[in-house]
Amino acid sequence: MTSGSRRTGLEKTMKTVLLVSALASLLIVLLIFIFTMKGALPAFRELGVWEMLSGTTWRPGNGEFGILAMIAGSGLVTFGAVLIGVPLALGTAVFLSEIAPGWIVKIVRPSIELLAGIPSVVYGLFGMVVLVPLVREIPAPGNAGFGLLSASIVLAVMVLPTIASISEFAIRSVPGGYREGSLALGATKWETVSRVLIPAARPGIISAVVLGLGRALGETIAMIMVIGNSVILPAAITGNPLSIFLSRARTLTGNIAVEISYATGVHESALFATGVVLFVLIMLVNSSAGFLLKRGAR
Amino acid sequence: MENETTRMSTEDYSLYYGKFKALNSINIEIPSNRITAFIGPSGCGKSTFLRSFNRMNDLIPGVTTTGTVNLDGRDVAREDVVKLRKKVGMVFQRPNPFPKSIFDNVAYGPRLHGLKNRSELAVLVEKSLRQAAIWEEVKDDLQKSGMSLSGGQQQRLCIARAIAVEPEVILMDEPASALDPVATLKIEELMNELKKNYTIAIVTHNMQQAGRVSDYTAFMLTDQNRAGNLIEFGATKQIFTTPVNSRTEDYISGRFG
Repeated sequence: MTSGSRRTGLEKTMKTVLLVSALASLLIVLLIFIFTMKGALPAFRELGVWEMLSGTTWRPGNGEFGILAMIAGSGLVTFGAVLIGVPLALGTAVFLSEIAPGWIVKIVRPSIELLAGIPSVVYGLFGMVVLVPLVREIPAPGNAGFGLLSASIVLAVMVLPTIASISEFAIRSVPGGYREGSLALGATKWETVSRVLIPAARPGIISAVVLGLGRALGETIAMIMVIGNSVILPAAITGNPLSIFLSRARTLTGNIAVEISYATGVHESALFATGVVLFVLIMLVNSSAGFLLKRGAR
Repeated sequence: MENETTRMSTEDYSLYYGKFKALNSINIEIPSNRITAFIGPSGCGKSTFLRSFNRMNDLIPGVTTTGTVNLDGRDVAREDVVKLRKKVGMVFQRPNPFPKSIFDNVAYGPRLHGLKNRSELAVLVEKSLRQAAIWEEVKDDLQKSGMSLSGGQQQRLCIARAIAVEPEVILMDEPASALDPVATLKIEELMNELKKNYTIAIVTHNMQQAGRVSDYTAFMLTDQNRAGNLIEFGATKQIFTTPVNSRTEDYISGRFG
Protein backbone atom coordinates (compact mmCIF):
# COMPACT_ATOMS: atom_id res chain seq x y z
CA MET A 1 0.00 0.00 0.00
CA THR A 2 2.90 2.35 0.78
CA SER A 3 4.20 2.04 -2.75
CA GLY A 4 0.66 2.67 -3.98
CA SER A 5 0.30 5.89 -2.02
CA ARG A 6 3.77 6.98 -3.09
CA ARG A 7 2.77 6.50 -6.71
CA THR A 8 -0.41 8.49 -6.19
CA GLY A 9 1.70 11.19 -4.57
CA LEU A 10 4.09 11.29 -7.52
CA GLU A 11 1.13 11.42 -9.89
CA LYS A 12 -0.20 14.49 -8.09
CA THR A 13 3.19 16.18 -7.99
CA MET A 14 3.72 15.57 -11.69
CA LYS A 15 0.33 17.05 -12.48
CA THR A 16 1.24 20.18 -10.56
CA VAL A 17 4.67 20.42 -12.18
CA LEU A 18 3.14 20.13 -15.65
CA LEU A 19 0.43 22.65 -14.83
CA VAL A 20 3.02 25.12 -13.58
CA SER A 21 5.13 24.78 -16.74
CA ALA A 22 2.04 25.31 -18.86
CA LEU A 23 1.05 28.36 -16.85
CA ALA A 24 4.56 29.79 -16.98
CA SER A 25 4.31 30.89 -20.61
CA LEU A 26 0.88 32.36 -20.00
CA LEU A 27 2.25 34.24 -17.01
CA ILE A 28 5.23 35.54 -18.97
CA VAL A 29 3.01 36.83 -21.80
CA LEU A 30 0.82 38.51 -19.23
CA LEU A 31 3.79 40.06 -17.43
CA ILE A 32 5.28 41.41 -20.64
CA PHE A 33 1.96 42.90 -21.66
CA ILE A 34 1.43 44.52 -18.26
CA PHE A 35 4.99 45.85 -18.21
CA THR A 36 4.74 47.28 -21.72
CA MET A 37 1.30 48.71 -21.00
CA LYS A 38 2.58 50.32 -17.82
CA GLY A 39 5.37 51.96 -19.77
CA ALA A 40 2.94 53.16 -22.41
CA LEU A 41 0.31 54.59 -20.06
CA PRO A 42 1.86 58.05 -19.56
CA ALA A 43 1.98 58.58 -23.32
CA PHE A 44 -1.53 57.33 -23.84
CA ARG A 45 -2.76 59.55 -21.00
CA GLU A 46 -0.90 62.64 -22.10
CA LEU A 47 -1.34 62.37 -25.86
CA GLY A 48 -4.53 60.32 -26.17
CA VAL A 49 -4.76 56.81 -27.60
CA TRP A 50 -6.64 57.82 -30.72
CA GLU A 51 -4.43 60.83 -31.36
CA MET A 52 -1.38 58.57 -31.26
CA LEU A 53 -2.90 55.90 -33.47
CA SER A 54 -4.15 58.34 -36.09
CA GLY A 55 -1.30 60.84 -35.93
CA THR A 56 0.91 60.91 -39.01
CA THR A 57 3.79 62.97 -37.66
CA TRP A 58 6.41 61.65 -35.30
CA ARG A 59 8.63 64.50 -34.11
CA PRO A 60 9.83 63.73 -30.59
CA GLY A 61 11.53 67.17 -30.44
CA ASN A 62 8.14 68.83 -31.06
CA GLY A 63 6.23 66.54 -28.75
CA GLU A 64 4.45 64.91 -31.72
CA PHE A 65 4.07 61.17 -31.43
CA GLY A 66 1.76 59.91 -34.19
CA ILE A 67 2.48 56.29 -35.05
CA LEU A 68 0.16 55.78 -38.02
CA ALA A 69 3.11 55.97 -40.41
CA MET A 70 4.79 53.10 -38.61
CA ILE A 71 1.60 51.05 -38.49
CA ALA A 72 1.30 51.57 -42.25
CA GLY A 73 4.98 50.74 -42.68
CA SER A 74 4.75 47.49 -40.75
CA GLY A 75 1.45 46.60 -42.42
CA LEU A 76 2.64 47.29 -45.95
CA VAL A 77 5.99 45.56 -45.61
CA THR A 78 4.27 42.50 -44.13
CA PHE A 79 1.66 42.55 -46.87
CA GLY A 80 4.41 42.76 -49.47
CA ALA A 81 6.30 39.92 -47.84
CA VAL A 82 3.18 37.75 -47.85
CA LEU A 83 2.48 38.63 -51.47
CA ILE A 84 5.95 37.50 -52.50
CA GLY A 85 6.66 34.88 -49.85
CA VAL A 86 3.47 32.82 -49.70
CA PRO A 87 3.33 31.79 -53.36
CA LEU A 88 7.05 31.03 -53.25
CA ALA A 89 6.70 29.02 -50.06
CA LEU A 90 3.62 27.13 -51.26
CA GLY A 91 5.35 26.35 -54.53
CA THR A 92 8.32 25.02 -52.61
CA ALA A 93 6.06 22.96 -50.34
CA VAL A 94 4.14 21.41 -53.23
CA PHE A 95 7.35 20.73 -55.13
CA LEU A 96 8.96 19.01 -52.16
CA SER A 97 5.93 17.00 -51.11
CA GLU A 98 4.49 15.98 -54.47
CA ILE A 99 6.90 16.39 -57.33
CA ALA A 100 10.57 16.24 -56.37
CA PRO A 101 12.27 12.84 -56.38
CA GLY A 102 13.86 11.82 -53.08
CA TRP A 103 17.39 12.90 -53.88
CA ILE A 104 16.31 16.43 -54.74
CA VAL A 105 14.31 16.66 -51.52
CA LYS A 106 17.48 15.62 -49.67
CA ILE A 107 19.32 18.61 -51.13
CA VAL A 108 16.59 21.25 -51.12
CA ARG A 109 15.09 20.67 -47.68
CA PRO A 110 18.32 21.14 -45.68
CA SER A 111 19.10 24.28 -47.64
CA ILE A 112 15.69 25.70 -46.73
CA GLU A 113 16.37 24.83 -43.10
CA LEU A 114 19.71 26.57 -43.42
CA LEU A 115 17.87 29.66 -44.64
CA ALA A 116 15.97 29.65 -41.34
CA GLY A 117 19.23 29.63 -39.42
CA ILE A 118 20.77 32.71 -41.02
CA PRO A 119 20.82 35.61 -38.51
CA SER A 120 18.56 38.46 -39.53
CA VAL A 121 21.41 40.95 -39.52
CA VAL A 122 23.00 38.94 -42.31
CA TYR A 123 19.75 39.17 -44.28
CA GLY A 124 19.95 42.90 -43.69
CA LEU A 125 23.48 43.03 -45.06
CA PHE A 126 22.48 41.02 -48.10
CA GLY A 127 19.56 43.39 -48.63
CA MET A 128 21.77 46.47 -48.37
CA VAL A 129 24.51 45.20 -50.62
CA VAL A 130 22.54 43.26 -53.24
CA LEU A 131 18.85 44.15 -53.21
CA VAL A 132 18.92 47.86 -52.57
CA PRO A 133 21.23 48.60 -55.55
CA LEU A 134 19.00 46.41 -57.74
CA VAL A 135 15.81 48.16 -56.63
CA ARG A 136 17.55 51.51 -57.17
CA GLU A 137 17.70 50.60 -60.88
CA ILE A 138 13.93 51.02 -61.14
CA PRO A 139 13.56 54.41 -62.78
CA ALA A 140 11.44 56.60 -60.55
CA PRO A 141 12.17 60.03 -59.12
CA GLY A 142 13.31 59.82 -55.52
CA ASN A 143 13.81 56.06 -55.58
CA ALA A 144 16.85 55.40 -53.43
CA GLY A 145 16.51 51.62 -53.32
CA PHE A 146 15.93 51.72 -49.58
CA GLY A 147 12.23 51.23 -48.95
CA LEU A 148 9.25 48.92 -48.76
CA LEU A 149 10.09 46.83 -51.83
CA SER A 150 13.60 45.91 -50.68
CA ALA A 151 12.29 45.26 -47.19
CA SER A 152 9.40 43.12 -48.46
CA ILE A 153 11.74 40.95 -50.51
CA VAL A 154 14.12 40.46 -47.58
CA LEU A 155 11.20 39.63 -45.32
CA ALA A 156 9.70 37.24 -47.88
CA VAL A 157 12.93 35.24 -47.91
CA MET A 158 13.04 35.30 -44.13
CA VAL A 159 9.52 33.87 -43.69
CA LEU A 160 9.93 31.40 -46.56
CA PRO A 161 11.46 28.54 -44.50
CA THR A 162 8.75 28.71 -41.84
CA ILE A 163 5.86 28.77 -44.28
CA ALA A 164 7.40 26.26 -46.69
CA SER A 165 8.32 23.61 -44.15
CA ILE A 166 5.06 23.73 -42.21
CA SER A 167 3.04 23.73 -45.45
CA GLU A 168 5.07 20.83 -46.79
CA PHE A 169 4.33 18.87 -43.64
CA ALA A 170 0.63 19.75 -43.93
CA ILE A 171 0.46 18.56 -47.53
CA ARG A 172 2.37 15.38 -46.74
CA SER A 173 -0.06 14.65 -43.92
CA VAL A 174 -3.06 14.62 -46.27
CA PRO A 175 -4.27 10.99 -46.32
CA GLY A 176 -3.00 9.09 -49.37
CA GLY A 177 -6.56 8.06 -50.15
CA TYR A 178 -7.46 11.59 -51.29
CA ARG A 179 -4.58 11.58 -53.72
CA GLU A 180 -5.47 8.17 -55.15
CA GLY A 181 -9.18 8.99 -55.25
CA SER A 182 -8.56 12.12 -57.25
CA LEU A 183 -6.11 10.54 -59.69
CA ALA A 184 -8.43 7.57 -60.20
CA LEU A 185 -11.13 9.99 -61.35
CA GLY A 186 -8.85 11.15 -64.14
CA ALA A 187 -7.39 14.20 -62.43
CA THR A 188 -3.89 15.26 -63.37
CA LYS A 189 -1.26 15.75 -60.72
CA TRP A 190 -1.70 19.50 -60.77
CA GLU A 191 -5.51 19.22 -60.51
CA THR A 192 -5.07 16.87 -57.58
CA VAL A 193 -2.73 19.30 -55.85
CA SER A 194 -4.84 22.39 -56.42
CA ARG A 195 -8.31 20.95 -55.93
CA VAL A 196 -7.81 18.31 -53.25
CA LEU A 197 -4.45 18.42 -51.51
CA ILE A 198 -4.11 22.15 -50.87
CA PRO A 199 -7.74 22.53 -49.70
CA ALA A 200 -7.31 19.51 -47.44
CA ALA A 201 -4.07 20.91 -46.05
CA ARG A 202 -5.60 24.36 -45.58
CA PRO A 203 -5.58 24.44 -41.78
CA GLY A 204 -1.88 23.64 -41.71
CA ILE A 205 -1.13 26.15 -44.45
CA ILE A 206 -3.05 28.87 -42.62
CA SER A 207 -1.09 28.18 -39.43
CA ALA A 208 2.09 28.37 -41.46
CA VAL A 209 1.18 31.74 -42.95
CA VAL A 210 0.17 33.12 -39.56
CA LEU A 211 3.46 32.03 -38.02
CA GLY A 212 5.20 33.71 -40.93
CA LEU A 213 3.12 36.87 -40.44
CA GLY A 214 4.07 36.95 -36.78
CA ARG A 215 7.71 36.65 -37.64
CA ALA A 216 7.39 39.33 -40.35
CA LEU A 217 5.68 41.81 -38.02
CA GLY A 218 8.33 41.26 -35.38
CA GLU A 219 11.40 41.46 -37.59
CA THR A 220 13.55 44.41 -36.59
CA ILE A 221 17.19 44.67 -37.52
CA ALA A 222 16.95 43.56 -41.15
CA MET A 223 14.13 46.06 -41.62
CA ILE A 224 16.11 48.91 -40.13
CA MET A 225 18.92 48.16 -42.56
CA VAL A 226 16.89 48.25 -45.79
CA ILE A 227 13.61 50.11 -45.29
CA GLY A 228 15.06 53.62 -45.07
CA ASN A 229 13.58 54.39 -41.65
CA SER A 230 12.02 57.73 -42.60
CA VAL A 231 8.91 58.42 -40.59
CA ILE A 232 6.63 59.20 -43.49
CA LEU A 233 3.26 57.79 -44.38
CA PRO A 234 4.16 55.60 -47.37
CA ALA A 235 2.70 56.94 -50.60
CA ALA A 236 3.11 56.32 -54.30
CA ILE A 237 6.14 58.24 -55.58
CA THR A 238 4.99 58.23 -59.22
CA GLY A 239 1.60 58.05 -60.93
CA ASN A 240 1.63 54.27 -60.60
CA PRO A 241 -0.03 53.23 -57.31
CA LEU A 242 2.35 50.26 -57.09
CA SER A 243 5.21 52.72 -56.64
CA ILE A 244 4.10 53.00 -53.02
CA PHE A 245 6.48 50.08 -52.49
CA LEU A 246 9.39 52.25 -53.59
CA SER A 247 8.58 54.64 -50.74
CA ARG A 248 10.77 54.73 -47.66
CA ALA A 249 9.07 53.76 -44.43
CA ARG A 250 9.69 52.78 -40.84
CA THR A 251 8.32 49.74 -39.02
CA LEU A 252 6.93 49.71 -35.50
CA THR A 253 9.80 47.49 -34.41
CA GLY A 254 12.37 49.72 -36.07
CA ASN A 255 10.89 52.77 -34.36
CA ILE A 256 11.52 51.26 -30.95
CA ALA A 257 14.97 49.90 -31.71
CA VAL A 258 16.29 53.07 -33.33
CA GLU A 259 15.17 55.51 -30.65
CA ILE A 260 14.95 53.69 -27.34
CA SER A 261 18.62 54.19 -26.45
CA TYR A 262 18.27 57.96 -26.07
CA ALA A 263 14.55 58.43 -25.40
CA THR A 264 13.34 59.84 -22.08
CA GLY A 265 10.05 60.93 -20.59
CA VAL A 266 7.03 60.98 -22.92
CA HIS A 267 9.21 60.00 -25.84
CA GLU A 268 10.23 56.82 -24.05
CA SER A 269 6.64 56.14 -23.08
CA ALA A 270 5.54 56.66 -26.69
CA LEU A 271 7.98 53.94 -27.72
CA PHE A 272 6.39 51.60 -25.19
CA ALA A 273 3.05 52.54 -26.75
CA THR A 274 4.50 51.48 -30.11
CA GLY A 275 5.24 48.13 -28.47
CA VAL A 276 1.66 47.81 -27.26
CA VAL A 277 0.35 48.46 -30.77
CA LEU A 278 2.69 45.79 -32.14
CA PHE A 279 1.51 43.38 -29.46
CA VAL A 280 -2.16 43.99 -30.29
CA LEU A 281 -1.51 43.65 -34.03
CA ILE A 282 0.07 40.24 -33.54
CA MET A 283 -2.80 39.14 -31.31
CA LEU A 284 -5.24 40.23 -34.02
CA VAL A 285 -3.36 38.23 -36.64
CA ASN A 286 -3.38 35.12 -34.46
CA SER A 287 -7.06 35.34 -33.61
CA SER A 288 -8.00 35.90 -37.24
CA ALA A 289 -6.18 32.65 -37.96
CA GLY A 290 -8.38 30.93 -35.39
CA PHE A 291 -11.41 32.37 -37.14
CA LEU A 292 -10.23 31.20 -40.57
CA LEU A 293 -9.50 27.72 -39.20
CA LYS A 294 -12.97 27.41 -37.70
CA ARG A 295 -14.56 28.48 -40.97
CA GLY A 296 -12.39 25.99 -42.87
CA ALA A 297 -13.39 23.14 -40.56
CA ARG A 298 -17.05 23.41 -41.49
CA MET B 1 -17.22 -17.54 -71.64
CA GLU B 2 -19.33 -18.04 -74.75
CA ASN B 3 -21.84 -15.33 -75.72
CA GLU B 4 -19.97 -12.66 -73.74
CA THR B 5 -18.37 -9.49 -75.10
CA THR B 6 -14.93 -8.80 -73.71
CA ARG B 7 -14.54 -5.37 -72.14
CA MET B 8 -11.04 -5.63 -70.75
CA SER B 9 -8.33 -8.19 -71.27
CA THR B 10 -4.67 -8.85 -70.60
CA GLU B 11 -2.14 -10.69 -72.75
CA ASP B 12 0.97 -12.23 -71.20
CA TYR B 13 0.89 -9.42 -68.67
CA SER B 14 3.75 -9.40 -66.17
CA LEU B 15 4.59 -6.72 -63.64
CA TYR B 16 7.85 -6.08 -61.81
CA TYR B 17 8.66 -4.03 -58.74
CA GLY B 18 12.25 -3.27 -59.66
CA LYS B 19 13.70 -6.73 -60.28
CA PHE B 20 11.02 -8.56 -58.33
CA LYS B 21 8.37 -10.16 -60.51
CA ALA B 22 4.98 -9.63 -58.85
CA LEU B 23 2.66 -10.78 -61.64
CA ASN B 24 3.54 -13.60 -63.99
CA SER B 25 2.23 -13.62 -67.53
CA ILE B 26 -1.48 -13.25 -66.92
CA ASN B 27 -4.06 -13.78 -69.66
CA ILE B 28 -7.68 -12.99 -68.91
CA GLU B 29 -10.79 -11.67 -70.62
CA ILE B 30 -13.19 -9.67 -68.48
CA PRO B 31 -16.71 -9.79 -69.89
CA SER B 32 -18.83 -6.71 -70.37
CA ASN B 33 -21.68 -5.98 -67.93
CA ARG B 34 -20.70 -8.77 -65.59
CA ILE B 35 -19.12 -8.86 -62.18
CA THR B 36 -15.74 -10.53 -62.16
CA ALA B 37 -14.25 -11.36 -58.78
CA PHE B 38 -10.56 -11.83 -58.05
CA ILE B 39 -9.88 -14.08 -55.09
CA GLY B 40 -6.77 -15.56 -53.56
CA PRO B 41 -4.68 -15.39 -50.40
CA SER B 42 -3.03 -12.16 -49.24
CA GLY B 43 -0.03 -11.16 -51.31
CA CYS B 44 -1.09 -13.09 -54.42
CA GLY B 45 -1.08 -9.89 -56.46
CA LYS B 46 -4.80 -9.51 -57.01
CA SER B 47 -4.89 -5.84 -55.96
CA THR B 48 -1.79 -5.08 -58.01
CA PHE B 49 -3.44 -6.77 -60.96
CA LEU B 50 -6.67 -4.79 -60.50
CA ARG B 51 -4.70 -1.56 -60.38
CA SER B 52 -3.16 -2.43 -63.73
CA PHE B 53 -6.48 -1.84 -65.47
CA ASN B 54 -6.48 1.91 -64.69
CA ARG B 55 -2.69 2.21 -64.50
CA MET B 56 -2.63 3.17 -60.84
CA ASN B 57 0.65 1.26 -60.64
CA ASP B 58 2.20 4.05 -62.72
CA LEU B 59 2.36 6.01 -59.46
CA ILE B 60 4.76 3.55 -57.86
CA PRO B 61 8.39 4.25 -58.72
CA GLY B 62 10.26 1.30 -60.22
CA VAL B 63 7.27 -0.55 -61.62
CA THR B 64 7.75 -2.00 -65.10
CA THR B 65 5.48 -4.26 -67.12
CA THR B 66 5.54 -6.55 -70.12
CA GLY B 67 2.60 -7.77 -72.20
CA THR B 68 -0.53 -5.68 -72.55
CA VAL B 69 -3.68 -4.63 -70.74
CA ASN B 70 -6.49 -3.79 -73.14
CA LEU B 71 -9.70 -1.83 -72.91
CA ASP B 72 -12.08 -2.47 -75.80
CA GLY B 73 -9.17 -4.11 -77.61
CA ARG B 74 -6.83 -1.14 -77.27
CA ASP B 75 -3.62 -1.19 -75.24
CA VAL B 76 -4.14 1.05 -72.17
CA ALA B 77 -0.43 1.89 -72.08
CA ARG B 78 -0.88 3.84 -75.31
CA GLU B 79 -3.94 5.67 -74.06
CA ASP B 80 -3.84 9.06 -72.35
CA VAL B 81 -3.96 8.13 -68.67
CA VAL B 82 -6.52 10.84 -67.87
CA LYS B 83 -8.91 9.52 -70.53
CA LEU B 84 -8.27 5.94 -69.43
CA ARG B 85 -9.16 6.68 -65.81
CA LYS B 86 -12.30 8.47 -66.92
CA LYS B 87 -13.36 5.23 -68.62
CA VAL B 88 -12.10 2.94 -65.87
CA GLY B 89 -13.22 4.13 -62.44
CA MET B 90 -12.06 2.82 -59.11
CA VAL B 91 -13.47 2.33 -55.62
CA PHE B 92 -10.93 1.78 -52.86
CA GLN B 93 -10.74 -0.43 -49.81
CA ARG B 94 -11.07 2.44 -47.36
CA PRO B 95 -13.83 4.90 -48.23
CA ASN B 96 -11.99 8.05 -49.30
CA PRO B 97 -14.45 10.90 -49.83
CA PHE B 98 -12.72 14.27 -50.18
CA PRO B 99 -13.12 16.74 -47.31
CA LYS B 100 -15.73 18.56 -49.38
CA SER B 101 -19.52 18.63 -49.47
CA ILE B 102 -21.45 15.62 -50.76
CA PHE B 103 -22.32 17.61 -53.88
CA ASP B 104 -18.73 18.66 -54.53
CA ASN B 105 -17.51 15.10 -54.02
CA VAL B 106 -19.78 13.78 -56.76
CA ALA B 107 -19.28 16.82 -59.00
CA TYR B 108 -15.49 16.57 -58.68
CA GLY B 109 -14.94 14.26 -61.66
CA PRO B 110 -17.43 15.89 -64.04
CA ARG B 111 -15.96 19.33 -63.24
CA LEU B 112 -12.47 18.02 -64.03
CA HIS B 113 -13.70 16.83 -67.37
CA GLY B 114 -15.16 20.19 -68.21
CA LEU B 115 -18.80 20.24 -67.05
CA LYS B 116 -19.42 23.67 -65.54
CA ASN B 117 -23.14 24.26 -66.02
CA ARG B 118 -24.68 24.37 -62.55
CA SER B 119 -28.01 22.78 -63.43
CA GLU B 120 -26.49 20.03 -65.57
CA LEU B 121 -24.15 19.25 -62.69
CA ALA B 122 -27.07 19.10 -60.28
CA VAL B 123 -28.88 16.63 -62.54
CA LEU B 124 -25.78 14.47 -62.88
CA VAL B 125 -25.08 14.53 -59.15
CA GLU B 126 -28.63 13.41 -58.34
CA LYS B 127 -28.53 10.68 -60.98
CA SER B 128 -25.21 9.37 -59.67
CA LEU B 129 -26.33 9.44 -56.05
CA ARG B 130 -29.53 7.60 -57.02
CA GLN B 131 -27.58 4.95 -58.92
CA ALA B 132 -25.34 4.49 -55.92
CA ALA B 133 -28.46 4.01 -53.75
CA ILE B 134 -27.62 6.81 -51.38
CA TRP B 135 -29.78 9.65 -52.72
CA GLU B 136 -32.62 9.10 -50.25
CA GLU B 137 -30.22 9.31 -47.31
CA VAL B 138 -28.44 12.50 -48.32
CA LYS B 139 -30.85 14.47 -50.54
CA ASP B 140 -31.89 16.84 -47.73
CA ASP B 141 -28.43 18.27 -47.27
CA LEU B 142 -26.02 17.90 -50.16
CA GLN B 143 -23.87 20.66 -48.69
CA LYS B 144 -23.00 18.51 -45.70
CA SER B 145 -19.40 17.26 -45.65
CA GLY B 146 -18.89 13.86 -47.21
CA MET B 147 -16.73 13.01 -44.22
CA SER B 148 -19.70 13.29 -41.86
CA LEU B 149 -21.38 10.20 -43.32
CA SER B 150 -21.08 6.69 -41.89
CA GLY B 151 -18.50 4.32 -43.38
CA GLY B 152 -21.05 2.50 -45.54
CA GLN B 153 -22.55 5.76 -46.75
CA GLN B 154 -19.10 7.12 -47.50
CA GLN B 155 -18.35 4.09 -49.65
CA ARG B 156 -21.59 4.51 -51.59
CA LEU B 157 -20.72 8.20 -51.99
CA CYS B 158 -17.39 7.09 -53.46
CA ILE B 159 -19.26 4.79 -55.83
CA ALA B 160 -21.49 7.73 -56.83
CA ARG B 161 -18.36 9.81 -57.37
CA ALA B 162 -16.93 7.11 -59.64
CA ILE B 163 -20.21 6.74 -61.55
CA ALA B 164 -20.51 10.49 -62.11
CA VAL B 165 -17.76 10.49 -64.75
CA GLU B 166 -19.75 7.84 -66.64
CA PRO B 167 -17.07 5.15 -66.82
CA GLU B 168 -17.35 1.85 -68.69
CA VAL B 169 -15.62 -0.19 -66.04
CA ILE B 170 -15.61 0.11 -62.25
CA LEU B 171 -12.74 -1.50 -60.37
CA MET B 172 -13.44 -2.26 -56.73
CA ASP B 173 -10.56 -3.07 -54.41
CA GLU B 174 -12.11 -4.87 -51.42
CA PRO B 175 -14.86 -2.24 -51.29
CA ALA B 176 -16.60 -3.75 -48.27
CA SER B 177 -13.72 -4.95 -46.14
CA ALA B 178 -13.84 -1.87 -43.91
CA LEU B 179 -17.63 -2.02 -43.51
CA ASP B 180 -20.05 -3.76 -41.16
CA PRO B 181 -22.27 -6.62 -42.44
CA VAL B 182 -25.33 -4.43 -43.08
CA ALA B 183 -23.36 -1.89 -45.08
CA THR B 184 -21.62 -4.75 -46.90
CA LEU B 185 -24.97 -6.19 -47.94
CA LYS B 186 -26.04 -2.79 -49.28
CA ILE B 187 -22.87 -2.53 -51.37
CA GLU B 188 -23.43 -6.04 -52.74
CA GLU B 189 -27.03 -5.27 -53.72
CA LEU B 190 -25.79 -2.11 -55.34
CA MET B 191 -23.21 -4.00 -57.40
CA ASN B 192 -25.94 -6.20 -58.78
CA GLU B 193 -27.82 -3.10 -59.94
CA LEU B 194 -24.69 -1.49 -61.36
CA LYS B 195 -23.70 -4.36 -63.63
CA LYS B 196 -26.60 -3.48 -65.93
CA ASN B 197 -24.67 -0.40 -66.97
CA TYR B 198 -21.11 -1.10 -66.03
CA THR B 199 -18.49 -3.79 -66.15
CA ILE B 200 -17.31 -4.51 -62.65
CA ALA B 201 -14.10 -6.11 -61.44
CA ILE B 202 -13.81 -6.67 -57.72
CA VAL B 203 -10.99 -7.88 -55.52
CA THR B 204 -12.24 -9.54 -52.40
CA HIS B 205 -10.84 -11.40 -49.44
CA ASN B 206 -14.23 -12.77 -48.68
CA MET B 207 -15.00 -15.91 -50.62
CA GLN B 208 -18.67 -15.91 -49.64
CA GLN B 209 -18.89 -12.42 -51.10
CA ALA B 210 -17.31 -13.57 -54.35
CA GLY B 211 -19.79 -16.45 -54.44
CA ARG B 212 -22.76 -14.17 -53.74
CA VAL B 213 -22.10 -11.28 -56.10
CA SER B 214 -19.92 -12.35 -58.98
CA ASP B 215 -20.69 -13.95 -62.33
CA TYR B 216 -17.09 -14.91 -62.98
CA THR B 217 -14.29 -15.71 -60.59
CA ALA B 218 -10.56 -15.57 -61.09
CA PHE B 219 -8.38 -17.42 -58.59
CA MET B 220 -4.83 -16.16 -58.12
CA LEU B 221 -1.92 -17.67 -56.25
CA THR B 222 1.80 -17.03 -55.91
CA ASP B 223 4.27 -19.49 -57.38
CA GLN B 224 7.54 -20.64 -55.80
CA ASN B 225 9.14 -17.28 -56.78
CA ARG B 226 6.33 -15.36 -55.02
CA ALA B 227 5.04 -14.04 -58.35
CA GLY B 228 1.26 -13.87 -58.72
CA ASN B 229 -0.27 -16.28 -61.24
CA LEU B 230 -3.78 -16.69 -62.51
CA ILE B 231 -4.62 -20.27 -61.59
CA GLU B 232 -8.15 -20.62 -62.79
CA PHE B 233 -10.81 -18.43 -64.29
CA GLY B 234 -14.39 -19.33 -65.07
CA ALA B 235 -18.06 -18.91 -64.23
CA THR B 236 -18.38 -18.43 -60.48
CA LYS B 237 -20.72 -21.41 -60.13
CA GLN B 238 -18.24 -23.68 -61.87
CA ILE B 239 -15.25 -22.39 -59.86
CA PHE B 240 -17.08 -22.89 -56.59
CA THR B 241 -18.60 -26.30 -57.38
CA THR B 242 -16.38 -28.06 -59.91
CA PRO B 243 -12.99 -26.36 -60.01
CA VAL B 244 -10.62 -27.87 -62.52
CA ASN B 245 -7.42 -27.10 -60.66
CA SER B 246 -6.78 -28.92 -57.40
CA ARG B 247 -5.25 -25.80 -55.79
CA THR B 248 -8.46 -23.87 -56.52
CA GLU B 249 -10.40 -26.64 -54.86
CA ASP B 250 -8.09 -26.56 -51.82
CA TYR B 251 -8.53 -22.81 -51.47
CA ILE B 252 -12.30 -22.80 -52.02
CA SER B 253 -12.82 -25.57 -49.52
CA GLY B 254 -10.73 -23.67 -46.99
CA ARG B 255 -7.79 -26.03 -46.82
CA PHE B 256 -5.36 -23.07 -46.96
CA GLY B 257 -5.25 -19.30 -47.39
